[in-house]
Amino acid sequence: MPVIEARELTKIYGEVRAVDQISFEVAPGESFGLLGPNGAGKSTTMRMIGGTSLRTSGTLLVNGLDPEVNGPEVRANLGVVPQQDNLDNELRARENLVMYGRYFGLPYSYLRPKAEELLQFAQLTEKAAEKVDNLSGGMKRRLTIARALINEPRVLLLDEPTTGLDPQARHILWDRLFRLKEQGVTLIVTTHFMDEAEQLCDRLIVMDHGRIVAGGSPAELIRQYSTREVLELRFGSERNASLVDQLRDFGRLEVLPDRVLVYTEDGEAALEAVRHRGLVPVTSLVRRSSLEDVFLRLTGRSLID
Amino acid sequence: MSTEQQVVRPAGRGALASWVASNSSGNARAVIERGFRVIRNQNWIVIVSGFFEPVFYLLAMGFGLGQLIGDVPGPGGQPISYAAFIAPALLATSAMNGAIYDSTWNVFFKLKFAKLYQGMLATSMGPLDVAVGEIFMALFRGFLYALGFTAVITILGLATSWWALAMIPVALLIALGFAALGMAVTSYFDTFQQMDWINIALLPMFMFSATLFPITVFPEAIQWFVMALPLWHGVELMRQLSVGHFEASTWVHIGYFVAMSLVGIGFTTRRLRALFLR
Ligand SMILES: Nc1ncnc2c1ncn2[C@@H]1O[C@H](COP(=O)(O)OP(=O)(O)O)[C@@H](O)[C@H]1O
Ligand SMILES: [Mg+2]
Repeated sequence: MPVIEARELTKIYGEVRAVDQISFEVAPGESFGLLGPNGAGKSTTMRMIGGTSLRTSGTLLVNGLDPEVNGPEVRANLGVVPQQDNLDNELRARENLVMYGRYFGLPYSYLRPKAEELLQFAQLTEKAAEKVDNLSGGMKRRLTIARALINEPRVLLLDEPTTGLDPQARHILWDRLFRLKEQGVTLIVTTHFMDEAEQLCDRLIVMDHGRIVAGGSPAELIRQYSTREVLELRFGSERNASLVDQLRDFGRLEVLPDRVLVYTEDGEAALEAVRHRGLVPVTSLVRRSSLEDVFLRLTGRSLID
Repeated sequence: MSTEQQVVRPAGRGALASWVASNSSGNARAVIERGFRVIRNQNWIVIVSGFFEPVFYLLAMGFGLGQLIGDVPGPGGQPISYAAFIAPALLATSAMNGAIYDSTWNVFFKLKFAKLYQGMLATSMGPLDVAVGEIFMALFRGFLYALGFTAVITILGLATSWWALAMIPVALLIALGFAALGMAVTSYFDTFQQMDWINIALLPMFMFSATLFPITVFPEAIQWFVMALPLWHGVELMRQLSVGHFEASTWVHIGYFVAMSLVGIGFTTRRLRALFLR
């Protein structure tokens, strides 16, 4: 049985089709990504999975149950990290973990040691008695993530988990998430960072304006929608656009304000050919295709604006 | 909007049982536990200040203004001091204000700004647990203030009957009526500006509900209007209890609040999902 089964899932806010007839499935133990720019409908989808936002139409099953009908039962096995931290500002750091566990109906005998373990996990042991207001942004994020683990969830929903974390903290979190994945936890991650999606997700859907524009593993998506390599050329902001015509025959092009992207199987060879033609870029770079390129191809826009 | 939605209903459950199961894990207790923890963490000044507000009113108006006014006709026509006249009315008003504040502004703030309920509702709790727990906490605060204020009235000699003790549970009944209704009304609001309408409705109700002067000062048409307002019933009921004078209208007042509580609970129950699951 799939952990999540969404069929034509739709949420309309007034005039806005926040989520527009999306269908997808997530298998147990899989880590599944929702990739898309701001406003794509990722958070709304996450809230509907938790049953904290009512869908407009379509069907949705989480572990075989409808979250609108069996909300408490469904959420008992979920861990939710919302996009915006919603820690309890009237409680201290440790109390936030313990009380959250109480909301799940868990006993203190389980929660006291569990809270210490999670404080350690979040590197907040020293801050246990601190008021939430006195924690830094990164600490709050870590506490929110630790809180989501209090009930040892089988399914973890992470809505932009690393937004606001510094690069080191990001890598630590990814490492922790890998460990959870090894233990069989199903991860559902939204992000607008393509490297995060590539790192974390076995499979993902690319969303835009509430719709699914593509789906598959990161490697599949790149293979399907992009070339193996990308040659990035910067000719200076005035010349980028005017040189496009002379580059057409090298492959598919994307012209961004600050650079031209040439999609090619062999970046070095393409660069050689560009030079040979007497076009001298200010800087150039050959790299592998990423999900960013997939997104650009699918929507004509950058993921991060 | 939900017409095209297909809902999978678990077999073998009645409509009520399945409604409860979809909105509750029966764990309102955890919300109450949180409430007490917050009180423990809180600055005592915040808590105590809520108690002093009606006391200051009583001292300033009752004894200050009372000097100029002298005795006024109390329940059953017997003359009582002006302070004794307004004290029960202030208790009814403060029960109302506390309940309204907790069920509207406080709920709205925790929903929209602090996002506290989003956190709670991401657990196995449901909106019914949150609503029941929060109304309980509102009543508990109301109980503390009613206890304190009744003690003050008694010490000042403004309560002349043992029935005055019944003002405490009646304050809770008044609070329940307003809190249940307040939460339902909050489900229709989306911005802080709209929340201001609540205050616009409450202030005139306080002024007109025979709190600071007898209802007989109004022309008859207005009297009928005032008698339709909930606070008037609360004020009259409290006043009758403070001196232990009862008449047929006592039952009307109690009935009014029992009905208001039932309607409020029913209404809030219907609006529960609209309020919490946006
Ligand atoms: N509570 C809400 N009320 C009205 N519109 C909303 C609400 N939540 C989200 N939206 C709208 O729905 C769309 C999708 O939002 P969201 O799911 O937050 O996207 P994402 O998480 O991908 O950035 C946006 O246009 C947003 O403005
Ligand atoms: Mg979002």
